[in-house]
Amino acid sequence: MSTVPLENKKDLLPEVDDASRDRSTMQKRVRQRLTSRRATAAAIIIAVIWTIPTLGLLISSFRPEANIKGNGWWNVFTDRQLTLENYADVLSPGGSQSPNLLSYFVNSLAIVIPGTIFTLVLGAMAAYMFAWGRFKGKDSLFIFVFALQIVPLQMALIPLLQLFTQVLKIGEFQLLPSGTYAQLWVAHTIFGLPLAIFLLHNFIAEIPGEVIEAARVDGAGHSTIFWRIVVPLATPALASFGIFQFLWLWNDLLVALVFSGGGADVAPITQRLAEIQGSRGGEWQRLTAGAFVSIIVPLAVFFGLQRYFVRGLLAGGLKG
Amino acid sequence: MEDIADKGLQVVVGLAVFAAVIGLIMLIVDRAPKSARDKVQIAGFLAPALVLLAVGLVFPALQTSYLSFTDRNGAFVGLDNFVWMFTQPEALITLRNTLIWVVLVPLLATSVGLAYAVFIDRARGEKALKALVFMPMAISFVGAGVIWRFVYAYKGAEQDQIGLLNQLLVWFGQEPKQFLLDAPENTFFLIAVMIWIQTGFAMVVLSAAIKGIPTEIVEAARLDGAGAWQQFQNVTIPTIRGSLIVVVTTITIGTLKVFDIVRTMTAGQYETSVVANEMYTQAFRAGEPGRGAALALILFLMVLPVVIYNARLLRKQKEIR
Repeated sequence: MSTVPLENKKDLLPEVDDASRDRSTMQKRVRQRLTSRRATAAAIIIAVIWTIPTLGLLISSFRPEANIKGNGWWNVFTDRQLTLENYADVLSPGGSQSPNLLSYFVNSLAIVIPGTIFTLVLGAMAAYMFAWGRFKGKDSLFIFVFALQIVPLQMALIPLLQLFTQVLKIGEFQLLPSGTYAQLWVAHTIFGLPLAIFLLHNFIAEIPGEVIEAARVDGAGHSTIFWRIVVPLATPALASFGIFQFLWLWNDLLVALVFSGGGADVAPITQRLAEIQGSRGGEWQRLTAGAFVSIIVPLAVFFGLQRYFVRGLLAGGLKG
Repeated sequence: MEDIADKGLQVVVGLAVFAAVIGLIMLIVDRAPKSARDKVQIAGFLAPALVLLAVGLVFPALQTSYLSFTDRNGAFVGLDNFVWMFTQPEALITLRNTLIWVVLVPLLATSVGLAYAVFIDRARGEKALKALVFMPMAISFVGAGVIWRFVYAYKGAEQDQIGLLNQLLVWFGQEPKQFLLDAPENTFFLIAVMIWIQTGFAMVVLSAAIKGIPTEIVEAARLDGAGAWQQFQNVTIPTIRGSLIVVVTTITIGTLKVFDIVRTMTAGQYETSVVANEMYTQAFRAGEPGRGAALALILFLMVLPVVIYNARLLRKQKEIR
């Protein structure tokens, strides 16, 4: 898998139809702008409403504890006391009372990176066969896999946990030991596969048939075609879905609750944050800073790789 | 630091094992005897994913379906769990809430997203405006829960408010309010969080669809003297109908499964529970796997029509291709 290039950071959408833009004349533009002034105002109002909650959280996370609890974050404009103490507090590995978020942050990375890679590789392999393999019942099987997307996670949790802890073991040795990341990797891979197969299939099926045929005629087997032709050509789709899966796993709570055990050695940051919220919901200095630590990675991914992110969204069934 | 090294090692080992398995599959696929090569190749590529899905999703789902007809001791009880669901007041509230969610979230998120997409189309600073509304998509439900609990935070009337919404109430001369505690309106305040997250999704997809409308059509409508609203009604909406359906169905499915928001903001108390959350509570907290399974099954049945509809569309597309 190749790394995703970082070019064009600001480009939200791949193409905006430059030709049509050129065609429109100056006059039309002026007229359009006049009629759309009210629309722009409405849009700005929506944008402000959508942004303020996050902004409030961000500002609060830098305010001293007494201030956060004493008055609203908008007072920061008159009382400019700012501190990094909240962040130091939530990240440091203090006693059992401390949020100790750094440790959970590492867990999140350790869960999410392999979880994403596994899903991508297995999903792409299956998607390739669904797109270019020839066998009976292919379409029905594909529709079935697609339909699996809606089996709620909840329906699989209890039996899957039993499977991991009671069935998959040789003697006393669990194949996927509790208290490690392995169970989470496998669970996330399973739950990610239906969508991965569906989206990657859409893309891989669009690869021109001549390319695949030519390779076949040259005597290339499926594994050669897959790794040498399909994977390189499908890199944009893999990147898009990869980002998606990455964010999805990073933001997951339910799977973590069931499979992680909740300790600092495995549990991801979302689970820790939910825990703090449940047990110490009034400690806003920790919650605000903690929440921001937990959303900083998705936000960085989002702003850095917006283009692929959006492309991934659009691949979800907008063809044709 | 030692701790981090340990974790890193686990990840490296995990990745190495996975690479070895995939390498082995590729080796087998390439070395298979000519007569069976096609079958081996197809199996090699499909089997890992399909086995995982069968073992981790299909089989568990079937088992859960069976569980829904048993009680907490595993004895078969017929439809008791479903009777409980449709007669107990608390369970009925859960169902009612889920219905409210599934009507409001897709409707409002899609409407606002569409309006916003139209408003900012070709406006100056479009990309920045888009990013602002889209941003919540990247934030976890748990993070969103913290963000909005802070917006809804309540302090007594004699104190300074720290929650923005209550401060607004105070500024307008009202009493501050316990947004998350007072039923039934608290459900709507939870729903607002989901709308906040999903609007960006609707906006981005619909915006792309709007940009895909052929300019000729727009020009023609404009030459015919169609106003902005007429254009929207007669050109934009029909042309992006496909995308609208995708957006609405996707958000509907996501909303039916919503769990984290309710879990972290109210834990389903104060009459805010929804099916997905109640399922977790019953199965993993209350020791009632049968009831939990029944709720999961209901969830599945609610999602089913949406998916069948989507699958049909997919079939049609394939035929066209």
